[in-house]
Amino acid sequence: MQATTHTESHKGAHDAHHHHHEPGFLQKYVFSTDHKIIGIQYGLTALAFLFFGFLLMLCMRWSIAEGANAAQIKDYVIRPIPLVGGLLEKLLGDVAPKGIMSADLYNSFGAMHGTIMVFLAIVPLAFGAFGNYVVPLQIGAPDMAFPRVNMASYQFYFIGGVIMFVSFFIPGGAAQAGWTSYSPLATTIPTHGQAFWLVGMVFLISSSLLGAVNFIATIIQLRAPGMTWMRLPFFVWAQFVTGFLLLLAFPPLEAAGVMQLMDNVFGTSFFLPTGLAVGGRLADVSGGGSPLLWQHLFWFLGHPEVYVLILPGMGVVAEIIANNTRKSLWGYKSLVYSVLAIGFISFIVWAHHMYLTGMGTKISAFFQTTTMIISIPSVIILTCLFISLWGGSIRFNTPMLFALAFLPMFGIGGLTGLPLGFAAADLHLHDTYYVIAHFHYVVAPGTIFALMGGIYYWFPKMTGRFMSEFWGKVHFVGSFIFMNVVFQPMFIQGMAGMIRRMADGGLNYSTFKNPGAVGGLGADVMNMHKIILIGAVCLGLCQIPFIINLFWSIKNGKKATSDNPWGSTTLEWQTPTPPPHGNFDKEPIVVRGPYDYSLPGKDKDFTPQNQA
Amino acid sequence: MEIPFTSKPRPDTGIYNSKVGIWLFLASEVMLFGALFSAYILLRVGAPEGTWVHGLLNIPIGTFNTAVLITSSVTVVLGWASLQVGNFGRYKFYQAITILCALAFLGIKSYEYREKFLHHEVWLNHKIKVKHGHQEVETDRIIGHLEYEGHHQYFWNTKRLKGTPEEKDKDGKVIKAAVPPVESFKMIPDAFHYTMTPKELAHARKESAGVAHEEIEIKASDVKRLSAFVPSHSTYFAIYFTLTGLHGLHVLGGAIVIFYIWGPGAKMWKTDPQRYMNRVEVSGLFWHFVDLVWIFLFPVIYLL
Amino acid sequence: MSDHSHSTEAHKHSPQEVSKHVKIYIGVFLALLVGTVVTVGLNAVHFDSIKLTVAIALFVAVIKASLVACYFMHLISEKKMIYVILGFTAFFFVGLMFITLSAYADLPANTVTH
Repeated sequence: MQATTHTESHKGAHDAHHHHHEPGFLQKYVFSTDHKIIGIQYGLTALAFLFFGFLLMLCMRWSIAEGANAAQIKDYVIRPIPLVGGLLEKLLGDVAPKGIMSADLYNSFGAMHGTIMVFLAIVPLAFGAFGNYVVPLQIGAPDMAFPRVNMASYQFYFIGGVIMFVSFFIPGGAAQAGWTSYSPLATTIPTHGQAFWLVGMVFLISSSLLGAVNFIATIIQLRAPGMTWMRLPFFVWAQFVTGFLLLLAFPPLEAAGVMQLMDNVFGTSFFLPTGLAVGGRLADVSGGGSPLLWQHLFWFLGHPEVYVLILPGMGVVAEIIANNTRKSLWGYKSLVYSVLAIGFISFIVWAHHMYLTGMGTKISAFFQTTTMIISIPSVIILTCLFISLWGGSIRFNTPMLFALAFLPMFGIGGLTGLPLGFAAADLHLHDTYYVIAHFHYVVAPGTIFALMGGIYYWFPKMTGRFMSEFWGKVHFVGSFIFMNVVFQPMFIQGMAGMIRRMADGGLNYSTFKNPGAVGGLGADVMNMHKIILIGAVCLGLCQIPFIINLFWSIKNGKKATSDNPWGSTTLEWQTPTPPPHGNFDKEPIVVRGPYDYSLPGKDKDFTPQNQA
Repeated sequence: MEIPFTSKPRPDTGIYNSKVGIWLFLASEVMLFGALFSAYILLRVGAPEGTWVHGLLNIPIGTFNTAVLITSSVTVVLGWASLQVGNFGRYKFYQAITILCALAFLGIKSYEYREKFLHHEVWLNHKIKVKHGHQEVETDRIIGHLEYEGHHQYFWNTKRLKGTPEEKDKDGKVIKAAVPPVESFKMIPDAFHYTMTPKELAHARKESAGVAHEEIEIKASDVKRLSAFVPSHSTYFAIYFTLTGLHGLHVLGGAIVIFYIWGPGAKMWKTDPQRYMNRVEVSGLFWHFVDLVWIFLFPVIYLL
Repeated sequence: MSDHSHSTEAHKHSPQEVSKHVKIYIGVFLALLVGTVVTVGLNAVHFDSIKLTVAIALFVAVIKASLVACYFMHLISEKKMIYVILGFTAFFFVGLMFITLSAYADLPANTVTH
C-alpha cells in the first residue's frame, strides 16, 4: 500500500505546489484545510459557546433563586441580575426591564442554553475538535479524506452559530420554545426567533453531516498499513460510531426542521392540528397536521444525540486511563462490541421521551424494553474502564483525575436514567428537575469532564508544552465539588415535584405563596435554588484558572521534552510536535494493538503501535 | 502532502475515497427523504375527511417530466461508459443532454407550480349551486380560477379580502400603500372537486370537457376561507411543495455539479483521467439517487 | 498489499465489457419508460380497492427503483463496504418508518391525531 501512496504523489501537479511557498495567515489559520487547524478552530469556537451557554444559565439561575428569595421580601419583589442586568437591558431592551429577567427572556435563555450547549458546544468540541485533531493522527493518516469538505463543515458550523447568536438581538428575541421546539408552541409564538433557530439548525445539521461523512470515510479509507479494525484505538471506534449516529439520525431532524420552517414562514400545518386555537381564537391555518410527528422526528435524532454526546467522552477517558494506568485496557473487544451495540440500539429507543403523549401500551412496552437493553452495553463499557484500573500503578495527573471523576459521575447520570425509562416511574418524574439532574450528570460532569481531561492530555501534542499541573488540579477539585453542589439537589427537587422551565423557580406553586397547600413545593425544596445558585457561581469561578492556564501555557507552559511526553503507545504521539501539515515524517506501519503497555521483556513500559 | 486513494482504490476495501463519501452522503439522504415520506403517510392517513387533495396535478406533464428525468439518468451512465473507453467527445455530448434534461425538468416543474398558484379554493358560509358536468349540485366548496378587476389573480387568501391599511415609517412617509378590501370577486369554477372519488372525478372531467364554464360572483362576506393552491392550502399541498421543492433543489445542485465537471472542471481529464472518471461516476451516483427519489415521488404524489 | 497493479486493472473496463454495459443501460432505460407508462395506465383503470391501487403503484415503483440502483448505480456488483453502509442505513430507515407508524397504530381508541 505504501507503493500505492507513492505512485499517487506524482499526480495532481496543482496540489503539489502547496509545498513551495509559505501560505499566508488567512490560508494557514482561517481557511485552512489542515485537520489539526480545523480541529483547533472547532475547539476554540466550541469553548467560547460553552462559556456563553454557561453565562445564560447563570442568569437563569439568578431568576430562579429570586423566586425563593422573593418569598422573604414584602410583595415578592424580584431583584435585578447583578453585574449583567444593566447590560441585558441595554442590549435587549424591554425583555429585561431594569435588569430584571422577564419570563419571555427566561424562556429564550432556556431554549438557547440547551441548543447552544448541545449543538454548538459539546458536539463540536467532542466530535469536531477532538475528532478532527486526533482521529487522523491515531489512524496514521496524512489528513482527513476530504480536506475541503472538512473546512466547509467548520464554516457551516460557524455560520449556524452566528445565526443563533444574532437571534438574541432581533425584535422579540431568540427562540422561546425550548431546545426541543415542540409544535404547536414553536409555531404559535408570534416572534421570529424560532425561524432563526430553524435556519441555524439547518446549517448546524449540514455541518454535522459533512463532518460525519468525512470521519467515516477517513476511518474506512485512510488507516495506515497494518492498522486493522481491531488495532484501532478505542477513541477512534467511539468517533466512528458517533459519525454513523450523526449521519443517519440528523437527516430526519433536518426534514422536521424544514417542515417546521414551512409552518412558521409559509403558514402550512405540518404540525398544527385541526381546530387549533391561539389566544382564544381559531388559528387561520388549514390544520390536519400532527404535533406528535414533530416529537417523533425530533427524538429520532434526540436520543442518538445523547450517545453522540457521550461516546467521544468515553473514548477520551479510555485513552487517558490506558495511558495512566500503564496497562492495556481491560476487555478491548467488549468495549468495541458494546459501542457498536449502543450505536444500533440507540436508534430504537427514542419514544421513551414521549410516554406522556398518550402513547399506546404495546409500543410503550417496546420502548421500555429497548431502553433497558441499551443500558447493558453502557454498563459493560463502564465496567471495563473500572476494571482497567485494577492493579495499575496509576499516575494521578490532571487528565487522569478528570477521567477518574468521569466514571462515577457518568455512573450516577446513567443509573438515574433507568427510572425515567419505565413509563410508570416516568409519569411522575417527567419534566421535573430530576430529568434535568439526570442528563446534566451525563453531559456536564460526564462528557465535559472527559473533554477537559482530553484538553490537558493532548495539549502537549498541540503546543509542545504542558498546562500547569497545579492549576489543573485546582480546576479539577473545584469543578468536581461544585458540579455536585449544583446538580445533586435537583434530584431531590425533582422528586418533590419541581417542574422545569419555570422562571420564578416554582414560587407560584410553593407553600410560600399558598401556605399549607397539599403538594405545594416546601421551603426546603425552594431554598435549594439558593444553594444551586451559589454552586453555579463557584463553578464558574473555578473555570477561571482553566481559561488562564489554557492560554498562558501556549507560550509559557513547561516544555515537553519529547514528542511522546506521556509515554503513550498510540500513533498521534509518534509524530513531530506539533505535527506538521501532512502529519507523519514517514508513513507509519502498524504492527501491534493500541494499548501495549508494560509488555514483559521490553526495556520501556510502553511499546508504540508502529514499533516491533 | 497528498491524500491517498483519491484516484486509485484502496486495496483492501477496493474503493476510492469519494465513492465511500458519496454513498455515506446518499445514506443520509435516504434518511432525509425517508422522514418526509413517513410524514406524508402519517398526514395522509390522519387527514380529516374531505381535506386530502388528489387528482389535481397534471398527470400528462408529470409523466413527461418523469421520462425527462429517466433520460437524463441514462445519459449520465452512457457518458461515464464513453469515458471508460476514452471517448471524451461522446461523454461531452451525453452529459450535455443530461444538463439540458435537468433544466427542462426544472422548467416544467416551475410551470406546474405557476398553474397551482393561479388556482384557488373557496370555502363558503352557505351552499350554492354549481354545474358539475351536465348536472347541477349544491356545495359550499368550489375550486377554480379567481378573477378580480378582469384579471386572474395569484396567491389570494382570506386575509387579502379584508385588505391592509397603509403602512408608514417613523417620519410619516408611506412605505406600503393601502390595499382596499374586496367586496366581491369572480370565480370560474371547475366542474369537479377533489373530494370526489377518483372515478367520479375522472367522469366529471370527461363530461365537462368542452363545456363553457359560467363565471359566478362571490361576495367576500360569504367567504369562510380562501386559499390558492399554495403550501398553506392543506397538508397535501404542504407536503407536495416541500417534497418536490426539496427534490428540485437536489436536481439543481446535481446539475450545477455535473455542469462544473463537464465544463470548467474538464481540464482534469488531461492531468488525472482516473480521478476525473471517479468524479463523473460519483456525481452520477448522486444524479441516479435524485432520479430514484422521483420514481417514488411521482406515483405517490401525482397518482395515489 | 503491494499488488496495487492488480487493483488498478480491476478498475479499467475493456471496450467489449463497456459495450455490453451500454446494452444493459439502454435496456434498463426502456424498462423504466415502460414501467412509467404501466403505472400511469393502471392508475387510469380505477380499481375499486384503494389498497390494490396503492400496492400496484408501489410495486412498480420498487421495481423501477431497484433497476436504477442495481444497474445505473452499479449496486449489483459493488464492494462489500458499500453494502455494509447501506445495510446500516436500511436498518435505521426501517426503524424510522416502521416504529413511527406502529406508534400511531397503537394509539388508544378515540385519540385524535390531526
